[in-house]
Amino acid sequence: MQIEEGKRTKGSSLMRGLGAALLMMLPALVFAQDAPPPPNKGDVSWLMTSTVLVILMTIPGLALFYGGMVRSKNVLSLLMQVMIIFCIGILLFAIYGYSVAFTEGSNAFFGGFSKVFLKGMTGDSLTGTFSKATNIPELGFFCFQATFAAITPGLIVGAFAERVKFSALLVFVLIWLTFAYYPIAHMVWFWSGPDAFTTAEAGAAANANAGFLFNKGALDFAGGTVVHINAGIAGLVGCVLIGKRLGYGQTALPPHNLPLVMIGAALLWVGWFGFNVGSNLEANGFATLVFTNTLLATAAATMAWILVEWIVKGSPTILGAASGAVAGLVAITPACGWVGTMGSIAIGAIAAVVCLWAVSGLKKMLKYDDSLDVFGVHCIGGIVGALLTGVFNSPALGGTDVYDYVANAFPNPADYSIATHVISQAWGVGVTLLWSGIVSLVAFKVIDLTIGLRVTEEQEREGLDTVSHGERAYNG
Amino acid sequence: MPAGRAPSDNDAKAMKMITAIIRPWKLDDLQMAVARLGVQGITVTEVTGYGRQRGHSEHYKGSEYQVEFVPKLRVEIVLDEASAEAVVEAISNVCRTGKTGDGKIFLAPVGEAVRIRTRESGAAAA
Repeated sequence: MQIEEGKRTKGSSLMRGLGAALLMMLPALVFAQDAPPPPNKGDVSWLMTSTVLVILMTIPGLALFYGGMVRSKNVLSLLMQVMIIFCIGILLFAIYGYSVAFTEGSNAFFGGFSKVFLKGMTGDSLTGTFSKATNIPELGFFCFQATFAAITPGLIVGAFAERVKFSALLVFVLIWLTFAYYPIAHMVWFWSGPDAFTTAEAGAAANANAGFLFNKGALDFAGGTVVHINAGIAGLVGCVLIGKRLGYGQTALPPHNLPLVMIGAALLWVGWFGFNVGSNLEANGFATLVFTNTLLATAAATMAWILVEWIVKGSPTILGAASGAVAGLVAITPACGWVGTMGSIAIGAIAAVVCLWAVSGLKKMLKYDDSLDVFGVHCIGGIVGALLTGVFNSPALGGTDVYDYVANAFPNPADYSIATHVISQAWGVGVTLLWSGIVSLVAFKVIDLTIGLRVTEEQEREGLDTVSHGERAYNG
Repeated sequence: MPAGRAPSDNDAKAMKMITAIIRPWKLDDLQMAVARLGVQGITVTEVTGYGRQRGHSEHYKGSEYQVEFVPKLRVEIVLDEASAEAVVEAISNVCRTGKTGDGKIFLAPVGEAVRIRTRESGAAAA
């Protein structure tokens, strides 16, 4: 019998009831208080490799993807913003981010301060996975999650590229990580771990202070909500508050280096295997399903985008292919550990078409200058992926369903309710949009009133590279 | 005539600058044609512009641009007036495709020319 791989179970009353009913039919199981098994070296290797892949996604992946899309006088500003925000993100996560996101707090929104400055964490510290009695080194998990916390604020900068003030941006990142990213990560991902589910009651008690959205049953395997919807809505709020670029709508503002954009997108795709498959926390058969989903969704999304583009606009473009790939990756991020392989193709294709509309039709309708389409790709793609996760998680559509850690088995496929799951997903989407939107609004407003968000008109015409960084990208 | 300088043959030879706006891919043909006529100096710049030939449209995600300007090369040759007509004819023949966008040639008088290395002036320097 193939060993069933563990995934998150939702702590809703439906599951508790089902778990309790199943438990009554099973003989009582007695667990000896053994020492936890040491981490599997394959798991640890994969976790560290995944972390390196996510770093590659940011530097240079995201940096080049964004850098190539702006005019040459601003390319360095994007490279700087992404790289420096990455470093700030890593350090802040070590100082208090990890503790606030991944330790138990007194409520379902913020964790505690027990691991501030990584207190007590050594090479021997362990943390759980999605399988019972299976641990990984906690510092490995810390580093992996740190790279997530560090890439997410970097995504936002694309929305107000070519006009944001560098110092204002860094202050925003500190506020936004603290009040938006860490609590949302906590709400979606913080739970007791599978070992607490000895009985349904034990599981429920252990998860009394689990993340608010975790307990709502929202499924987010690798961060569609925590990373993409979160960053995407912050980007929209920012670009509306900062205002459009000078000349937007009248002058042509085409990308200055599309080869860099493609290189960046390719690095993002390759690195994303670390982002998604690393989120499995184990290097096992299930990880290969996550890998397959990530591969298929992205290929499908790229094809869908350029085919629609070809028909509607007359020619398929490399910018379209790059954008389609990213849209597919964003959409499969929450879904990759919950859906089947053909479901992934559907999710990728649907997300690409919706995002293509979002960056053209919707953008023109609402008239905002989201320069590098952070909202159109990350927020919209994330919403599509999050909602479709509830649909394609269904066993009837090839999905994995949600493992029952009390029964140590998958539920009866006939019991899967797409409607219930989509509602849980909608909770995740709605709370994230509201929470991150409000935090971003307040943060941007406060910063604008104190140090100012935008460079002067003269500085914007000159170009941020010389004005903010005293450097020129292309000399002789 | 400037005081203190004896008249020479060079002063009598007037010079012209030929400025040719051509299709970029015609450069090699032009260079070979004028070299055959004895032209020894040429300056080339990448330019953008339009005459009757209009541009094309480009699209980048949600944005569509009508690009009016077309890339061309500007070729400048300074030579003695007597040789100019033959060189203009050669350039025209070699650069003509018959389609809109072949380009234009302008001639302008040149007051003086100096070779930096030898300090020669006049048509010998052109």
